[in-house]
Amino acid sequence: MTGHAKAGRPNQFLRNLNSKIASIPMILTAVVIFLGGTIWTVVYSFTNSKLLPRLSFVGLDQYHRLWAAPRWVVSIENLAVYGILSMIFSLVIGFVLAALMDQKIRFENTFRTIFLYPFALSFIVTGLVWQWLLNPEFGIQSVVRSLGWTTFAFDPLYTPSIVIYGVLIAALWQGTGLVMCLMLAGLRGIDEDIWKAARVDGIPMWKTYLFVVIPMMRPVFITTLVIIASGIVKVYDLVVAQTSGGPGIASEVPAKYVYDYMFQAQNLGQGFAASTMMLVTVAIVVIPWAYLEFGGGRKRV
Amino acid sequence: MSDTITLKNANGGAASTDKTLSGPSGRKPRRVISGRNIMLYGTLFVAAAYYLLPLYVMIVTSLKGMPEIRLGNIFSPPLEITFEPWVKAWATACTGLNCDGLSRGFWNSVRITVPSTILSIAIASVNGYALANWRFKGADFFFSILIIGAFIPYQVMIYPIVIVLREIGIYGTLSGLILVHSIFGMPILTLLFRNYFASLPVELFKAARIDGAGFWQIFLRIMLPMSLPIFVVAMILQITGIWNDFLFGVVFTRPEYYPMTVQLNNIVNSVQGVKEYNVNMAATILTGLVPLIVYFVSGRLFVRGIAAGAVKG
Repeated sequence: MTGHAKAGRPNQFLRNLNSKIASIPMILTAVVIFLGGTIWTVVYSFTNSKLLPRLSFVGLDQYHRLWAAPRWVVSIENLAVYGILSMIFSLVIGFVLAALMDQKIRFENTFRTIFLYPFALSFIVTGLVWQWLLNPEFGIQSVVRSLGWTTFAFDPLYTPSIVIYGVLIAALWQGTGLVMCLMLAGLRGIDEDIWKAARVDGIPMWKTYLFVVIPMMRPVFITTLVIIASGIVKVYDLVVAQTSGGPGIASEVPAKYVYDYMFQAQNLGQGFAASTMMLVTVAIVVIPWAYLEFGGGRKRV
Repeated sequence: MSDTITLKNANGGAASTDKTLSGPSGRKPRRVISGRNIMLYGTLFVAAAYYLLPLYVMIVTSLKGMPEIRLGNIFSPPLEITFEPWVKAWATACTGLNCDGLSRGFWNSVRITVPSTILSIAIASVNGYALANWRFKGADFFFSILIIGAFIPYQVMIYPIVIVLREIGIYGTLSGLILVHSIFGMPILTLLFRNYFASLPVELFKAARIDGAGFWQIFLRIMLPMSLPIFVVAMILQITGIWNDFLFGVVFTRPEYYPMTVQLNNIVNSVQGVKEYNVNMAATILTGLVPLIVYFVSGRLFVRGIAAGAVKG
């Protein structure tokens, strides 16, 4: 409220009018789609909408039904296993690759290009390639067997108990390049003097990494983790392409549950409840991070 | 770029001649083949092989005939190179709904990606410019919602959007999908442009205002010509992102408008008939080709794009 509308001054609303007009798409998107759409979905998750959204509230019924559904429980378990492992492995592989790349190596650009190209490919392509590589009849399993190790068994896509690891391998192939790039950028941001000091003190390299460099890169790690985590919750196309949720329901994920209930089973209420649970999951991850990142220090964007 | 390098080299050369005159100094030259280097490059080469393997297998498989695939292993190079799988994948492979191959999906994807990229960048660049230079009261509030919205799972917003599109009468059409891509591209692109415009010297903007230029004039005459690199980065981000999209394509279009990724998935995962792995792999490469070309051509800009998109997200 800075402008106390002096007489003769143009109307507050008309000030900066062009800028406001230019921002209409952003305002509409933010308010109608992002805010309105989210509230709408959350509200309708408390109704018993079937084929069409209806406003007849049934309390938490949809959520009770959701958590009683084996398929949803399997989805959540898969998401947990996949999520935790993919965070750990992405960070470890990404950091190790970045550390190797940071040794003033030759052909750095070539290596970067190789590590990162899968990231340009879609999850559908990724899923289909790994479906083929993990094909039990022709893929890696059969090749290893033909080399003489005839009892070798590596058949994740047709073994319910380990199918999610098959998805994980594909996801890591696709995404670790990005993590490597982010980590490399973080490593390059470390002052050269730190390394010199460590060398003067005779600290071995791995110790410098573990106790000096990694703690210094905390912000990079956190940001990377948030990026990985918000990608994990959304995982959908990869599973659709690689396993279609199978065998049985062994590799179902929440995002697929939502889609199937909204657009195929025509049970909108379930879909809304499931998507609201996804929102809650993301909020659990993002809100603490946003608080740490923007709450304390103010204005860093 | 090349100038500075030659300059550096020239300096270095001069310095080294000085050094030779004043006796040995500086670090002892390292041996190229040391245990450390073998470990280092060994690990890197193994990792590189792992990343390249799927691409290699894709290409090799797509060039073999089906009998050879049934006999041999997936890593062996083709004995007899055939391009038939590629032709079939492009023109006649069946999805269960139609037998047009990927060509139909390819053209749909082109018709989706080109307008979506242009529209989303147009909207976001103007938005970012307004946020950076013409901030009005409340602008930051809407911008914050926009950025937070980038973290909301799409599944939460899909159905409301279906209703909105249905009300406007473009649900199931290409224009509907283009609009959706523009909406979901907005957070990241607006952030990208806002940060870029904010980093330009503000004197430039002030000078233009004193000379009497308005909102659009400054944008078109001063900001646009100065921001070509960021537009390229945004284009890379959008082209690959939209081309690779699957979920929106499935949800917001009718089967005749399905993008290439959806068409590909339907071809490969259709249950009817004998699985033709070579055709599937040819189709997979074809679908991945556009983003791969963008990636290899753009090089460092791609890295910059994803870093800008990711780190600030």
